[in-house]
Amino acid sequence: MLQLFNWLIKTFPSLASHQELTAFVLFIILGLLVLTFAAVVAGSLTYFERKVAARIQSRMGPIEIGLGGYIQWVADAIKLLLKEDIIPENVDKILFRLAPYFAFLGAGLTYLVLPFSEKLILADLNVGVLYFLAVSSITVIGILMAGWASYNKWSLIGGIRSAAQIVSYEIPSALAVLPVVLYAGSLSTQDVVRAQAGWAGFHWMIFQNPFIFISFFVFFISMLAENNRIPFDLPEAESELVAGYNTEYSGMRFAMFFLAEYSNVFILSAFAVTLFLGGWQPLFGLSLKIPGTAVDLWKLFSFFFKTSIMVFLVLTIRWTLPRVRIDQLMGLCWKYLVPIAFFDLFGVMFWMVL
Amino acid sequence: MKYNFRYGWWEKIYYPELIRGFYITSRHFFSNLWKWITGRKGAYTYQYPEEKRPISPNFRGKHYLVLKEDGTPKCVACYMCATNCPAQCIHIVAGEDPNRPEEKYPVEFTIDISRCIFCGYCVEACPKDAIRMTYDYHLADYTREALLYKKEKLLHWIETELDKDQPLIGR
Repeated sequence: MLQLFNWLIKTFPSLASHQELTAFVLFIILGLLVLTFAAVVAGSLTYFERKVAARIQSRMGPIEIGLGGYIQWVADAIKLLLKEDIIPENVDKILFRLAPYFAFLGAGLTYLVLPFSEKLILADLNVGVLYFLAVSSITVIGILMAGWASYNKWSLIGGIRSAAQIVSYEIPSALAVLPVVLYAGSLSTQDVVRAQAGWAGFHWMIFQNPFIFISFFVFFISMLAENNRIPFDLPEAESELVAGYNTEYSGMRFAMFFLAEYSNVFILSAFAVTLFLGGWQPLFGLSLKIPGTAVDLWKLFSFFFKTSIMVFLVLTIRWTLPRVRIDQLMGLCWKYLVPIAFFDLFGVMFWMVL
Repeated sequence: MKYNFRYGWWEKIYYPELIRGFYITSRHFFSNLWKWITGRKGAYTYQYPEEKRPISPNFRGKHYLVLKEDGTPKCVACYMCATNCPAQCIHIVAGEDPNRPEEKYPVEFTIDISRCIFCGYCVEACPKDAIRMTYDYHLADYTREALLYKKEKLLHWIETELDKDQPLIGR
């Protein structure tokens, strides 16, 4: 972003006298771009999920609306936009209106430090990983807000469950990221990816060290739990809580929750790829043979290819495993994942010292 | 039902069964995907209005009255079908034709299709082979009156495209 700003100032010298304004406009444009990207990714993911679910269950999935059913998600979004925006009688109106945006904020802000390619990153923060961990838990505020403001027992239980779950699973996910940070020697997401350079993926973080191999699974499981994905979707357990925290929501506010949920799936997969599976490091080491822009495109493709495989894994998990109980959830976190994550952390420390 | 299943050590170590579950879902996914890529459907569902499920050749659908060569119904209003009907949905009013005094003929022949259970006993009971059944099962309508199939409707039955396109098992 800074490079882009400097480039703008350099190419259009008339902008130099209005630096603040230029920066402001640039922020807004980039923000809208990120929002659009997030919406398109989340929408495509809903289509992808419905298709995968249909194939797993030997159904067809959406096939009617355009491009083999792909436009379905646009149609859904338009339908939700046009629906009546109901605000129930006794809700806390300010919190109720605010909650969906907080829920989306947690997912949306993480796009800032996501390295799509070597050059394509919004902001290469030197505390990128920390930023990701901090920002991704804003979602819990939105969900708890929605649950509390809805004046509905199911929503409240869903919100409280979500708070307990996300706050607990922050710990193993953060601890599982630490070995990677130790190994890469930097908190910047770009540096983490650069540290994984090598031929055909043998230098990916996950294969560099047996402890990191374990902490990948810890990270993956705790990110699943943090994003309320099945089998950890207790906040919106349909069979127990109607729809959990979003019971009272309709129309576009509901769509925002949906957007947040599916952005989270993408973010979860993208960060698992970035931190453990080589990020944009080109598959098959092709960067040596082809020049220039093609390499960048291949890197971009590598990133999205690996991410979509992870997304597919998340979806398969959803359609395979039954939902866990709340005590099993907490037991898994505190009795297994946290000790394993600590073990990994110390293991990597010793490994690096020896 | 009493649930007697006890977890053995194989289930208790959890991971093999987990992997087996993933194997099953992935197997379904990839086999269906492969069928879809190779031009087959890859699904057990039928896209109903466009695609119909094959029915048996002796499927019992809507009734129709068979005509004689001179264009009058074969039916002699003997009330056999109405007597045999378990749902009592056939109502016949017999009449006499002065030109052909040897036979009765149905002045009214009404089947209340909303009561009909499509058992086919009327077809079996008929001594003159005057009533038969088609493959047509698209019988929904907007009023109850429209579901009382009068003689004219039953007589002037023509095989529509709907019936011709109906896939049969073994056709």
